[in-house]
Amino acid sequence: MTKGNARDALLPFAVLAGALAAWEAAARVLAIPTYVLPAPSLVAETLVKDREILFSALLVTLTTALEALTLATIGGVALALLISRSRWLERAIMPFAIVLQVTPIIAVAPLLLVYLEPARAVLVCAFLVAFFPILANASLGLASVDRALVELFDLYRASPWQKLIFLRAPAALPQFLAGLRIGGGLSLIGAIAAELAAGAAGRGAGLAFRISEAGYRLDIPRMFAALALVSAAGVMIYAALTALSHLCLRRWHESARGKSE
Amino acid sequence: MTIRVATPAAPLVALRGIGKAFANGVAALDGFDLDLREGEFLTLLGPSGCGKSTALRLIAGLAEPSGGRIDWRDENAAQAIGFVFQEPTLLPWSDVFANVHLPLRLAGVARETAAPRVREALAKVGLADFESALPRELSGGMKMRAAIARALVTRPRLLLMDEPFAALDEVTRFRLNDDLLALKRELGTTIVFVTHSVYESVYLSTRIIALAARGGAVVDEIEIDAHVARDEEFRASAEFARLCRRASAALRGAAGERL
Repeated sequence: MTKGNARDALLPFAVLAGALAAWEAAARVLAIPTYVLPAPSLVAETLVKDREILFSALLVTLTTALEALTLATIGGVALALLISRSRWLERAIMPFAIVLQVTPIIAVAPLLLVYLEPARAVLVCAFLVAFFPILANASLGLASVDRALVELFDLYRASPWQKLIFLRAPAALPQFLAGLRIGGGLSLIGAIAAELAAGAAGRGAGLAFRISEAGYRLDIPRMFAALALVSAAGVMIYAALTALSHLCLRRWHESARGKSE
Repeated sequence: MTIRVATPAAPLVALRGIGKAFANGVAALDGFDLDLREGEFLTLLGPSGCGKSTALRLIAGLAEPSGGRIDWRDENAAQAIGFVFQEPTLLPWSDVFANVHLPLRLAGVARETAAPRVREALAKVGLADFESALPRELSGGMKMRAAIARALVTRPRLLLMDEPFAALDEVTRFRLNDDLLALKRELGTTIVFVTHSVYESVYLSTRIIALAARGGAVVDEIEIDAHVARDEEFRASAEFARLCRRASAALRGAAGERL
């Protein structure tokens, strides 16, 4: 890493430190009550003090998001494969996938809570939002295989299975990974939205439940602490999927080049 | 040891009255006949859209003719085909070795078993030191060499080449022309080469078939002595100039132009 790169990487942290310092100073100098705006130091203190509650909530939310992402990946890729085999199926199914995508999940969640127990409803919500970008991107990837390469495989009488393994799957990988990154972020949003909708029904559940619970108690520092963990969870998911994408593509794909060299 | 038959009884492949229409209804080929002799270097020369690439694709089985017959002398010949596309069409995620291995891999030959043949093919095109390079790390000429190695790895009896050097600079193209001729001498493979370059066609071929702009009607057929050495001397010779003039005239006639 060059000197310029290191500086660029540190820049956001410097901005964060500056903002936190200003916030801390404002809270102290202006003596803002903690139930209006707690100082960052108090939020950090709360994070440590309430760590058992908050980190077990983080674990619940992260687990739900990752389970949903896994299911969405399996379902999205499977459906993308089916659709790529038949234009007829694509025409029949895609409109519904789009309707699912454009309907705000926060409006669907209360209905799901009627039929499903809260933990299951949260999982389904997170799955529903993560599903479409994975399906759409995997479909696009499978459809954008170089025609000349398909002919090459035809020339050597490759079976459909060989075409999938040696050609279509690797060719679709960059698009699929882009979809996975979007889906990863959305699965967390879906999980949080459903937890909020579940409200008191989601007893002992994830971070969003802790946020609304602390809100009822006017425990503002804990709300901030839980919010910080939600952000951290999102960053973790994004970073992990970006690293995965880089790992898979760095050797050959344009999108992963330049950054690594 | 194979026994060479001086005059083969039947052509390696014969196209009879071949018709092929594009999706828009325009006839790429109409009543097209071709006898391919074993061991020759045949060039299909013609303007863009004359159906020369279509003929090649029909021989390769990449498209079905809408009329006519394609007769192979024997079924083995129909199976043993190598094809070099206009673009190198390498798998960008696989290194050179894996790309050249691909045809054998698709035929179920494992990497270890195939390795000697892959390395042999790479050595033949001068890429022995580049087996672990990725396509993006290669120049245009080297990518095309890798594509040729991939076509040769199955030891085809017939090599079909669709304007393979059209996108390369002239120096690279001349070198690849010479290397292709050397490979041809060494392997004895029958080659059908498609180009719109008069000079390339004369330099490489033992026979040139010039096609009309539409429908694949043969406007001229030029035989070139296979025993004439193809080198810079040939390129500068009066005979080369004469053959080029004839091929140019055929191409002009094919395009329907007048001087």
